[in-house]
Amino acid sequence: MDNKLILPYNHIQTAHCENGVATGLLRHHGLEFMTEPLMFGLGSGIFYIHIPFLMVNGGPAVSYRSMPGWIFSRASKLLGIKVNRRKFNSEKEAYDYLNKQIQLGNPVGCQVGVYNLPYFPAEYRFHFNAHNLVVYGKDNGNYLVSDPVMETVTTLTEEDMLKVRFAKGPLAPKGHVYYPENVKQVSKEHLQKSIFKAIHRSAFDMLNIPGPIAGVDGINYTARQIRKWREKLGPRKAGLYMGQIVRMQEEIGTGGGGFRFLYAAFLEQASDVTGNQKLLTLSDEFTKAGDLWRTSAINMGRIFKGRLNEQKDFLESADMLDNIAAIERAAFKELRKIKM
Amino acid sequence: MKKEDVPQDPSALVGVTRDVCYVKDKDGKYTTDLSIGWDVKKQALDNAWDDIKERVAEAATQVKNGEISPIFYFMEVKLMDITLLSGYTGFWKWTIKRHFKPSVFKNLSDTKLATYAKAFDISVEELKNFHG
Repeated sequence: MDNKLILPYNHIQTAHCENGVATGLLRHHGLEFMTEPLMFGLGSGIFYIHIPFLMVNGGPAVSYRSMPGWIFSRASKLLGIKVNRRKFNSEKEAYDYLNKQIQLGNPVGCQVGVYNLPYFPAEYRFHFNAHNLVVYGKDNGNYLVSDPVMETVTTLTEEDMLKVRFAKGPLAPKGHVYYPENVKQVSKEHLQKSIFKAIHRSAFDMLNIPGPIAGVDGINYTARQIRKWREKLGPRKAGLYMGQIVRMQEEIGTGGGGFRFLYAAFLEQASDVTGNQKLLTLSDEFTKAGDLWRTSAINMGRIFKGRLNEQKDFLESADMLDNIAAIERAAFKELRKIKM
Repeated sequence: MKKEDVPQDPSALVGVTRDVCYVKDKDGKYTTDLSIGWDVKKQALDNAWDDIKERVAEAATQVKNGEISPIFYFMEVKLMDITLLSGYTGFWKWTIKRHFKPSVFKNLSDTKLATYAKAFDISVEELKNFHG
């Protein structure tokens, strides 16, 4: 390979890494209208799930978004785009494949683990394996990297790149490389139709998945757990659990309020594209939900800040979540009914 | 959230990057803004690290008292659990649990120690000579 190969890729910074890679790659392939909120909405990214018995970093496993990888896949499917994905058992093969894509002039998305990402702040380097970035070239043996959570582009050595691509554990990337294929221009009608389909899918995910742990029901489930935590785990551990919820909800990558503001931004844009005014009204409901999630985070913060906490603080937090669930349930019921 | 309400509390992000926040501008339209951090989040992250530090200190004491092997200690230092360590070393979980016993650890072959050392990104000497 030449010593220097820089592909013409425009770095974009986004709230969430998967949205960012997907948006950036589709723009690169000519879909200039793509934005992060649109990608998130078309990919039906909004979700809620609280998985019982599973622990993440010693705390409860809650998530405010759909499974890693689904956003790009779902959005692409709606737009008639194929996402070419490759995973590898051999590090050598994975290494060669990435280099070949760069040589072919194809910027690609890579799934990586965060623990060994040298440019991340040390405090953020946990064993989280569903981070995404774009590789857009190579210079002097170093990969040129566009990481959507960073303000500017960055680089990774060959050694570091292999390490992060072959991080182990849950959601291990296995060298996962992906890029869109057959990207054709999308007509306005096609985009409008896709938007409604995506909204209906989100409404289904949030309202109709059976069982108590997923969708809006999941928020009520977490509220029920919170009411029990202090007695079951003791004040200290219960406080740490609250901290974990806040981190999943607000940490780098959510755009604030557990992705609810991002979804509100999508509905605003969707209203623009489709001319449906109702979507704009419902966008406000998600802004409201996002604001309440933030207020709930502040309330939880009071609990884990002072080691002194009382059962009534936990009850208050749980009530706040039930309130949020009610607002989201009503909003998704409206979205379920919405027609072109 | 309104644009003027975006928190700007210095956090671990400073000097590395800023957070993209989706906020409403003064005309009520969505836009993005960058935040250098939020105290509520910072506190949550700090607490998580305090907890990790406590666990590491406790593991060190256990090694010192001869209750557990350095493998357990470094697992905690590297924020791993047994599942993850199993992924990095290729050893079964129950094998790793056995290697937590100081009596078993003492007799581990250099190859096995090297596998652990590689997973922890340290030298075999560091692993062998950690006494709490």
